[in-house]
Amino acid sequence: MLENIRLSFQGIWSHKMRSFLTMLGIIIGIASIISIVSTIKGTNEQIKENLIGAGNNSIQIELYQGDSAYWMDQGAPQGVSAPNQEVLEEVLKIPEVKSASFYNKRDYADSIYYKNTSMDGGKLLGIDRNYLSAAGYDICAGRGFADSDYTQIKKVAILDDKAASTLFQHENPLGKTIELKGEPFTVVGVAKASEEFEPVINSWNDYYTYYGEQMAGFVLVPTASWPILYGFDEAQNMVLQANSTEEMSDAGRKAAEVLNTNLVSDQEQFGYKAQDALEKAKNLQKLSASTNNQLLWIASISLLVGGIGVMNIMLVSVTERTSEIGLKKAIGARKRTILGQFLTEAAVLTSLGGVIGVAAGNVLAKVISRISGTPAAISIPAIVGSVAFSMLIGIIFGLLPSIKAANLNPIDALRHE
Amino acid sequence: MILELRDICKDYIQGKMTVPVLKNVCFEMEEGEYVAIMGPSGSGKTTLMNIIGCLDQATSGTFLLDGEDIGGLNDNQMSEIRLRKIGFVFQSFQLLPRQSALENVMLPLSYAGVPKKERRERAVMALERVGLGDRIDFKPTQLSGGQKQRVAIARAMVNHPKILLADEPTGALDSKSGEQVMDLFHSLNEEGVSILMITHDADIASCAQRQVIIRDGILRQGGR
Ligand SMILES: Nc1ncnc2c1ncn2[C@@H]1O[C@H](COP(=O)(O)OP(=O)(O)OP(=O)(O)O)[C@@H](O)[C@H]1O
Ligand SMILES: [Mg+2]
Repeated sequence: MLENIRLSFQGIWSHKMRSFLTMLGIIIGIASIISIVSTIKGTNEQIKENLIGAGNNSIQIELYQGDSAYWMDQGAPQGVSAPNQEVLEEVLKIPEVKSASFYNKRDYADSIYYKNTSMDGGKLLGIDRNYLSAAGYDICAGRGFADSDYTQIKKVAILDDKAASTLFQHENPLGKTIELKGEPFTVVGVAKASEEFEPVINSWNDYYTYYGEQMAGFVLVPTASWPILYGFDEAQNMVLQANSTEEMSDAGRKAAEVLNTNLVSDQEQFGYKAQDALEKAKNLQKLSASTNNQLLWIASISLLVGGIGVMNIMLVSVTERTSEIGLKKAIGARKRTILGQFLTEAAVLTSLGGVIGVAAGNVLAKVISRISGTPAAISIPAIVGSVAFSMLIGIIFGLLPSIKAANLNPIDALRHE
Repeated sequence: MILELRDICKDYIQGKMTVPVLKNVCFEMEEGEYVAIMGPSGSGKTTLMNIIGCLDQATSGTFLLDGEDIGGLNDNQMSEIRLRKIGFVFQSFQLLPRQSALENVMLPLSYAGVPKKERRERAVMALERVGLGDRIDFKPTQLSGGQKQRVAIARAMVNHPKILLADEPTGALDSKSGEQVMDLFHSLNEEGVSILMITHDADIASCAQRQVIIRDGILRQGGR
C-alpha cells in the first residue's frame, strides 16, 4: 500500500504538467467549496457574535402585549403587577440562570440635560444592584450604585460611555449634575459593555433594527429613585445572564414561564417573552446559508466534471501503460494488485488535488473577505471532508480504468508496443 | 517431469474462420534440462511458449507443469503459478523504464509477499549473480542491451522459479552480448535450473542440450 502510494507520487511527479491539468477540475471544485464554506462559517460566527454578544450571554425578557413588546414610554400598563423579590429569587433558582435583574425602562426619554446639552432618544433605566453584571456592563469610571443609594433614595445616575460622550463631550462627567425630567441627578459612574463588537454585516434590516437599539446611549438610576421620575410599582422588564451561550434559550424560556405564572393582570393579553437572540441568530444564519448552498451545488458540479476528467486521463494512462501492466501480470501480479495500484494512483492524484484545492480555497476566502468585507473562518471539518471527498472521487472515477487495467490479457498487453 | 504436453491444440478465431496455430503438440521436458525451440516465423513458437508460461490456455489437450494440471485454472491461480514457478525473459527485455535495476528485480518479490528488507537483499544477490552488482541503481535507459537482458534474467530468477522461459532472449542483442547471455544460461543450467528457449539462430540453439523444431504448428522432437 505504502509502496503503491510512493509509486503514485513518482508517477504524478514524472508527468507534472499532465497531473496538474488532471487535478485542475478537482482543485477548482474543492477551492470553491472551501471558500464558500469559510465565508458561510465566517458570516455565521459574525452574526452569532453580534446578536448574542460574544461571551456576554445576556437575555432580555420583556413584557408583551399581544404579539409586540409593551412600550413603556406610553406609561406603565395599568393593572399589571410589579414584580417582587420572591419572583426574582425564583428566577435565580433556575439552573441555567447565572444572574437576573428587574429594571424599569423608557426607550426615548427626551428630557435628559446637562446644562444646555440634551440627549435625544436616550434610554433611561431604573436598575437594581444586579443589573450591570446581568446585562454585561462594567464600570469604567467612578463607581456603581451603593446600598445607601437605594436605601436613602439618592438622586444618582450612571451613564454609559455613549451617553457620557453625548452629554459631556470631553468633560469629565463624574460628580456633575444632570437633569432628568427636571430633577437634578449626580453622575457617579460611567459604564461600558464588557464585550465590544462591531457590526460588519450590513445587508439585513432585521439585524440593523436589533442593533439600532443599542446605538443610543442610556442613563441608569437606582430603582428606588425611579418613582421620583415616574410612578410607583411599575411593571418591569428583566435582564438575565445564562451560564453559557448554549443555555441562553432555555434560561430565557424558563424565566419567562416563572414571570408569567406570577404575573397578575386584569388584562388577558399581557405576558413575558424572552428575546431569543440565539434563535434570531440561527434564523439569520439559515438565510445566509441557503443562498450559499446553491453556490455549493454549483461547486459540486465542477467536482463531478473534475472526476470525469480524472477518469478520462486514467483511461489514457492505462492504454499507454498496457505493456507495463502486461509485464506485471506476466511476472505474477494478481488482478487485485493491478487494481490496487491504479486505484491508489487515482486516489492519490485527486487527494493531492483536494489538498491543493483546500489551500487555494483558503487563500480565495481571504481575498473575498478582503474585497467584500464579509468575514471568513477556516472550517476544519470542511477541510478534512474535502480531502476525504476528493479521495472518494478518485476511487469512484478511478474504478472503471482500474478494472480495465486489471482485466487486461497479459499476452495482448505484452504484444502491445 | 517439469513439462508434459499431450495433444495440445490452439486455435484462433478470426472472424468466422478458425485458424489452428498449434496442432496436437506433444512435448516433454525433464527437470534440469535445457531445451531450444526453433522454427520459422509464424510457426507458433510464441503461442506455445504462452501456453507453457501459463499466460494462455490451450484450446484442447493436457498440460502438466511440475506435475500440476493447468487446464481449468482461473486467472488468479495462473498468476500464482507464474509468480512461483516460472521466470520469463523476453526479446524486448520488458523492464519498467522509470525504475532502477534493483526495483525492477524486486518487483516479483513484492508480489510474492517477501518482507521488504529481504527483498532488497535477494534482489542485490540476483543482480550480483548476473554480474551487475555495480549497476543496481541504474535506470534501464542507462544500461546497454546486454545489461538490460541480464537485469531481466535476474528478475526472472529472483523468486527461484522451476523453469526459465526465454522468447528469443538474444534477438535484440549483438553477438557478444548474446554470448554473455548464453554463458549465463549455461551456468544457471549447471546449477540445476530448467531452461526452455526460443530462437531463430542455430548457433544459439546449439548451446542447449536438446533442440526441437516447430513448423506450421507441428512440433518435431529432436534427437535426445
Ligand atoms: N491473438 C491472435 N489472434 C489471431 N492469430 C494469432 C494471434 N496470436 C498469434 N496468431 C497467429 O498465430 C501464428 C503463430 O504466431 P506466433 O507468435 O506464435 O509465431 P512465432 O513462431 O512466435 O513467430 P516469430 O518467430 O515471428 O515470433 C501466426 O500466424 C499469428 O498470426
Ligand atoms: Mg514469437
